Amino acid sequence: MKYLETKEIVYPGDRIEINDLRPRNGIYEDNSQYFSEYFGVIQKGERFIDIAPFNSPYLPRVNDKVIGKIMDIGPTMWTVDINSPYYSLLHINDTPWHVNAGDLTRYLTAGDFIYVKISVSNEIKESWVSMRDTGMRKLESGQVIMIKPPKVPRVIGKGGNMISLIKTETDTKIIVGQNGFIWIDGEPDNVNIAINAIEMVEREAHTIGLTDRMSEYFKKLKGGN
Amino acid sequence: MEGNVKLITDDGLRLDGRSSNEIRPIKIQTGVIEKADGSAYIEWGANKIVVAVYVREAYPKHAQNMDRAIVKARYNMAGFSVEERKRPGPDRRTMEISKVISEALSSAIILEKLPRAEVDVFIEVLEADAGTRIASITASSVAIADAGVPMRDLVVGCTAGKAGGKMVLDLSKDEDNYGEADIPMAILPRTGKVVLLQIDGDVSPEEFDEATLMITNAMKDISKIQRDALMKKYSIQDGE
Repeated sequence: MKYLETKEIVYPGDRIEINDLRPRNGIYEDNSQYFSEYFGVIQKGERFIDIAPFNSPYLPRVNDKVIGKIMDIGPTMWTVDINSPYYSLLHINDTPWHVNAGDLTRYLTAGDFIYVKISVSNEIKESWVSMRDTGMRKLESGQVIMIKPPKVPRVIGKGGNMISLIKTETDTKIIVGQNGFIWIDGEPDNVNIAINAIEMVEREAHTIGLTDRMSEYFKKLKGGN
Repeated sequence: MEGNVKLITDDGLRLDGRSSNEIRPIKIQTGVIEKADGSAYIEWGANKIVVAVYVREAYPKHAQNMDRAIVKARYNMAGFSVEERKRPGPDRRTMEISKVISEALSSAIILEKLPRAEVDVFIEVLEADAGTRIASITASSVAIADAGVPMRDLVVGCTAGKAGGKMVLDLSKDEDNYGEADIPMAILPRTGKVVLLQIDGDVSPEEFDEATLMITNAMKDISKIQRDALMKKYSIQDGE
């Protein structure tokens, strides 16, 4: 998705001039006028206009790759916390293992983290996740941090350049879930540097030229050592 | 303050030196609670209130609405918030305020966007000095916008009332205690829809009209303070 450079900030209830564009996310209609639902910035594309909120809860979307935390164990399903108001479910048939009903804790117990794909999501925000896809797995060792879901695109960067910069500079393994959970594995010191870098990106997500500033930040760190 | 209290001095000013249509100073800050989805702190005159907002699946399951979210505000006063110690826990008054705040916020939030969910609004009054319910609403709507919950508008609250035989805006503690009437009101500023209106005391229809006019005029200023509070959290980032 290509966005033109706009940084107009709107508050809930502000009138949005849509002109020839089609209103999409974060905009409601009242008397054939359009208003913002969020405190965020206007993003105009070639055909659509959206409000990108500064903060919002994560809502499950099909095909999103997310990191989940096992919350509860049922006879055939795990309940998974996907950093959303809504819990998700993982059925034993959606795992790479041959799990017998009632024997779920042998594979995943409460507190385990998993990298999964959302396979089903419906209009009442019920969702199911699946581990039957390439790269989907249980996350062993490492640690998981949480950022605000709307900041995830910035942490990944254009074509993944921000996250690959952090990965190479800190020599860590990182998986960013679309839901704002981020898994980091590596030497403890490196992990801490990576966490600081990610938090810095989250904090300064609105600024321009952040990737350049991050490379300078890492250069400075290296110079200090 | 017992006995004959003169709430309006001879030169037409009030006890704290305000004119009849002047509000107390308001200060709002967002993001005060790290772990909450959204939060706000408001200082409205001597009122000090913290609000934390959480969005989650409604629990128990039979309480969920399949097509929309429910809003649960919980107004609570700290034991040290008033002159004489307040007995902790919910009572008749705080339960009433929780209810009217929940309902006022429900009409601002776009509930259909979050089916089965529950928006929890925890309001803790640290210091109370008249007008806590409208200060709570004002802060709550900022906290909800900070949480990124879809809203139609930011709810703005204010009071007006009758003290010393004169209609005044934003009653102080003494005017509330010894005045004739108190009218808290909350509005969605864009449409002018009223989402909360209570009257305690007697006013004539003309006086009531004067009160609502004073409140609607003050809304613009309060609305501006709310917006500035939301902006402040991000302006550091835009400072580059």
